Amino acid sequence: MNAFAKTLRAEWTKFRTVRGWVIGTVTAAGVIMALGLLPGLQGSCGKHGPGSECVLPVGPGGEEVTDSFAFVHQPLAGDGSITVRVTALTGLLPGPNPDEPRPGVVPWAKAGLIVKAGTGQGSSYAAVMVTGDHGVRMQHDYTHDIAGSPSAVTATAPRWLRLTRTGDTVTGAESVDGSSWTTVGIARPAGLPATVEVGLFVTSPQYAEEVNESLMSGAMGGPSQATGTFDHLAPQGGWTGAAWQRDSIGASSNGPAIRDSGFVRDGDVFRVTGSGDIAPAVPGAAGTGASVTQTLVGTFVGLIVVVVVGAMFVTAEYRRGLIRTTLTASPGRIRVLAAKAVVVGAVTFAAGLIAAAVVVVLGQRVLRSNGVYVHPASTPAELRIVAGTAALLAVAAILALGLGSLLRRSVTAVTTAVVVIVLPYLLAMTVLPTDAAQWLLRVSPAAAFALQQAAPEYPQVANLYTPPNGYFPLPPWAGFAVLAGWTALALGAAAVMLRRRDA
Amino acid sequence: MITVNGLRKRFGATSALDGMTFTVRPGQVTGFVGPNGAGKSTTMRVVLDLDAADAGEALVAGRPYRTLRNPLRHIGSLLDAAALQPGRTARNHLLWLAHSQGLGARRVDEVLDQAGLLSVARRRAGGFSLGMRQRLGIAAALLGDPPALMLDEPFNGMDPEGIIWMRRFLRALAAEGRAVLVSSHLMSELQDTADHVVVAGRGKVIADASVAELLATVSGGRITVRSSTADAAVVLAEAGASVTPAGDGTLTVAGLPAETVVALLNRHGVPFSELAAHRATLEDAYLELTRDSVEYRAATPGEVR
Repeated sequence: MNAFAKTLRAEWTKFRTVRGWVIGTVTAAGVIMALGLLPGLQGSCGKHGPGSECVLPVGPGGEEVTDSFAFVHQPLAGDGSITVRVTALTGLLPGPNPDEPRPGVVPWAKAGLIVKAGTGQGSSYAAVMVTGDHGVRMQHDYTHDIAGSPSAVTATAPRWLRLTRTGDTVTGAESVDGSSWTTVGIARPAGLPATVEVGLFVTSPQYAEEVNESLMSGAMGGPSQATGTFDHLAPQGGWTGAAWQRDSIGASSNGPAIRDSGFVRDGDVFRVTGSGDIAPAVPGAAGTGASVTQTLVGTFVGLIVVVVVGAMFVTAEYRRGLIRTTLTASPGRIRVLAAKAVVVGAVTFAAGLIAAAVVVVLGQRVLRSNGVYVHPASTPAELRIVAGTAALLAVAAILALGLGSLLRRSVTAVTTAVVVIVLPYLLAMTVLPTDAAQWLLRVSPAAAFALQQAAPEYPQVANLYTPPNGYFPLPPWAGFAVLAGWTALALGAAAVMLRRRDA
Repeated sequence: MITVNGLRKRFGATSALDGMTFTVRPGQVTGFVGPNGAGKSTTMRVVLDLDAADAGEALVAGRPYRTLRNPLRHIGSLLDAAALQPGRTARNHLLWLAHSQGLGARRVDEVLDQAGLLSVARRRAGGFSLGMRQRLGIAAALLGDPPALMLDEPFNGMDPEGIIWMRRFLRALAAEGRAVLVSSHLMSELQDTADHVVVAGRGKVIADASVAELLATVSGGRITVRSSTADAAVVLAEAGASVTPAGDGTLTVAGLPAETVVALLNRHGVPFSELAAHRATLEDAYLELTRDSVEYRAATPGEVR
């Protein structure tokens, strides 16, 4: 057995023979499981008999989607195109009182042309549109988004839009004058049938705004609506000659509009009012339901415990002078530090892995049986969340060990570890305004909580992508790298000092 | 064998070691005595590579400690009997130490037996008396069956029975051919234990001698004679002894063995009522040697330090 293996075995024997450390590690796992499995959130899905189950439409890519909008359409057989001029996009936002909406357009209010496989929710589509604040866009099949010209539509600067279906492809184009056209994008929506529904659409997603008051930060909002004013509607190609038909797609499933979504035709002018969104479904303030991330709320409590154990694993030796015995038995000081890190890391990882796996699997069931809609995460995402939670706990415990070795005193080390690892997360999740919260979750070791993010962020979906809603500023592994960096720094400094100082 | 050569170390303004040099030989118990602050513990920590010396070197079996593979098989040490995780049992304390040296649980049970701790092996060390902790420390030092042992104040906190046990134990270890270094600030503890004594003061060695030599230096082979006549002084002085009247009717005679003194006085018919070899204790020797090196001595009135 080589020297490191012997030191490692000795450190493992040390760890397992102090009851407090073993109990601490088990407690950390237990508290994560308990907080994840105890009924917390309550919802109404499936609580009011058959038909009240929450079922989101599924898009062509298998992802859950929001698909509700006002649709003025008629069938198009085979190839063809449709051209329209958008002269205005106005809307209403929720006001201070529920009954008094105020005028305004949410940034992702959409009005334009759409080619859709059918009127069923979740069916594939391609659309070109003007938006409240994001200029002209070409979108298809919920997750794809291409930017066109950035200017907004006003009465003096109307916008011409055109969609052309040719076989499997749909081309979106825009023009300022109706004669000179620019292609915005070319899409291949999945499995468009020969005859598609084509026409005008208007929709306006949930309005959400952050609220930062003295002690709590949160979100307020509500449904919004938008009205698009169109003229110069010009279909070409294989149109069947049917009349324009108005539908409210998904009107009941995703929040009612403030006013009845309407369709007014005044000669050549169409006014279409709609509410909702055509987009991937997101959990959070502007979306529906919870994400897997919510089941892991207990992580920070478990984190406190493993951080204490990690720091104590070395500071307890300094307190009693036992570190001298340790270094007498294993004079390679770096070896001792490395062995301690491996033991604390491995033990914590194992405990965290079990806890996170149980919570992610069973916690979702508990939430669902409470009537909460939980956005299912993909299997790779769930695996990353489970392994990531374990890695977060393990590396944080090693960071605490490094701090313990540097600072030598239990109270100082534990306090420092909790302040640098757990406190940033707690502050970011509760009292801090979003900017500060996101900054903290970029630079502090708590950045690794990004590993727990379940839902992807979509730039074309308005939502509060804030930490309390389960969205972290860094990608999962980048967040983990921040924690790993701090840990490497602490361990490196601990190694240097361990070598330099008398024991 | 433990070799300490020219160790120097400063803690800030104070010099802890100032050229400490000595050798601990196998087969005997070497006492390492000196007042508090003489540098005994620092020397031991330097030997174990726990503290770095500013100058000089310390070797165990001819090598620096940090280069030893399985160091506990080369030297066992006990620096601080209180250095225990209170929640860990005695057996588990020895077990992790054994694992660090590639040793198994069987060896742990052997040393527990040797130290007389088998009955309390599964009790938490936090509940141990200082004496029991010392035994546990001895057991830990013996784990690797090392040819050298280094114990810092092992008698501390031991009851008389424990002290007797420890003395016998140390003697037995030396008799097995091991080099044993035992520090103490009380010379009397080493009286019947040490074969050799290194007396330290202010970071260096003041005396490095066998116990017999040390006692001889101090007592100088003196004999006390009580006699009512002045003839005794004359007879002994003529025979070459140096005779000093002690003032209370006794003479202190140096330079002649006791048997010769008795024979001379008898031959000359000089009556004497008492004759005793002047027995110096290690304590006396130590006090005399360290008179100038006591770091923390109460200042006598009028003395300015």
